[in-house]
Amino acid sequence: MNPTLADFGKDVWWIVLIKIVAVFVFLVVMTLFTIWYERRVVARMQVRPGPNRHGPFGLLQSLADGLKLAFKEDIMPLKADRVVFFLAPVISTVCAFTAFAIMPFGPFVSIFGQRTPLQLTDIPVAVLLVLATSGLGIYGIVLSGWASGSTYPLLGGLRSSAQMISYEVAMGLSIVAVFMSAGTMSTSEIVTKQADSNWYAILLLPSFVIYAISAVGETNRAPFDLPEAESELVGGFHTEYSSLKFALFFLAEYINMVTVSGLAVTLFLGGWRMPFLPDWLNQGWWGALWFTIKVLILLFMFVWLRGTLPRLRYDQFMKFGWKVLIPANLVWILVLAGVKTVNAHAPQQRWYWIGGAFALVLLAAIFWPSKKDSPKPTLEQEVAARPAGSFPVPPLDLQVPVSPRAQRITAEREVV
Amino acid sequence: MSLSAYIPIVGLFALAAAFGLFSVAIAPFVGPRRFNRAKLDAYECGIEPTPQPIGGGRFPVKFYLTAMLFIIFDIEIIFLYPWAVSFDMLGLFGFVEMVLFIVAVFVAYTYVWRRGGLDWD
Repeated sequence: MNPTLADFGKDVWWIVLIKIVAVFVFLVVMTLFTIWYERRVVARMQVRPGPNRHGPFGLLQSLADGLKLAFKEDIMPLKADRVVFFLAPVISTVCAFTAFAIMPFGPFVSIFGQRTPLQLTDIPVAVLLVLATSGLGIYGIVLSGWASGSTYPLLGGLRSSAQMISYEVAMGLSIVAVFMSAGTMSTSEIVTKQADSNWYAILLLPSFVIYAISAVGETNRAPFDLPEAESELVGGFHTEYSSLKFALFFLAEYINMVTVSGLAVTLFLGGWRMPFLPDWLNQGWWGALWFTIKVLILLFMFVWLRGTLPRLRYDQFMKFGWKVLIPANLVWILVLAGVKTVNAHAPQQRWYWIGGAFALVLLAAIFWPSKKDSPKPTLEQEVAARPAGSFPVPPLDLQVPVSPRAQRITAEREVV
Repeated sequence: MSLSAYIPIVGLFALAAAFGLFSVAIAPFVGPRRFNRAKLDAYECGIEPTPQPIGGGRFPVKFYLTAMLFIIFDIEIIFLYPWAVSFDMLGLFGFVEMVLFIVAVFVAYTYVWRRGGLDWD
């Protein structure tokens, strides 16, 4: 029996408490594990051992790092806005944790004799909760950049927020196709619907591809890790942060990775169900295992991307989001809606409609006005084309006079 | 369906908030404190920090524009969600309505594109 919306909100209070703590611990452990996992995998890709000293296979490395961070000096720059500087990492962390409340880990299980779904809770607008919290999480980043009172964090925070909101649009649009197919926003019911039909990653492949790309952009991960482009912005928004505050940002980033992976598993990859398995392996606690395995595979993809692709330039990145992902998404939604409508209302004439649409696209492609690049005008032509009285164009071999500051410094040196 | 399904979300929120506040609150007491004037300056690659006006100073107007475009498209998405969820119930009417809506959005989108609103430089 599959959990439905009506099965939630009926737990005893101590079951709810156990589940809350379990989700919290799951996220913290996943973060510690993912940091180690990422370092090991990247190390293997770069033919070096990676962390292997603390514990078996270096598994305790991130725990040791976390403890060490706690005992580091907590520095707050003089120019920082004290209250906001303090609150920004908390906002990031809280939003990251809250988003995971609706992830379905499995079907009904029995905890101390109580029958309950293996999921903290489910609401009619569950997926919207994830989008809302990830939207609020941007506040943590932009406020930390602003409150630092420093140039690099400000630029990093702005970049980060611009990037995240741009890719949030693409992410939000890619999920529309899932809602159209499932007819619900509740995560547990979306998982059930996929068991009836097929994984939505197969049925709605374009949506899944767009979701995967925008998830990488949304979590500020390589190759879209522009807010943390060391050569341009030092550390980005968390440049001024140290000690546990920095650890909180780190935690939030990795939890967000787990969350987008978990959402991808839930919406597109069949949730906690594993295909081709006997029925008894898709019941009870097994679901949590399959869910975790799928999330880890997706996390491996994140690391793989980081180990493979170089970082994009910022204008290319924004162009890709706004000019490719969003229109492609809208067209795909229209196509899907058209196919579904034709299937529902005129299944006999299906092929006429598909042929008609295909012919239309073909005609548009043939008659699309070709873009002719006009030859680039030379400098003289450009200057001649300017209106009279324009600002004079400096010659290419202009000798720039030495600045007064540089002159002063040279003079001071000579005196010494 | 009562509101009781929302309570666990509040619970997780409270636990995360307690954890976060506790962490930032104890950080100054757990770590060492070695005063050094240079540590309190804004970080800037070893040179003198650029003077920052109060309130953050000026930054490119493109960021505002991106935020505005985000609001437009986010509202569009919010309109798409209820339509998508009840797509099977709406039938042909819902399809035609949504085609009209998306075409209208595309007109605005093309306008923004042509005016250079989507170019970063």
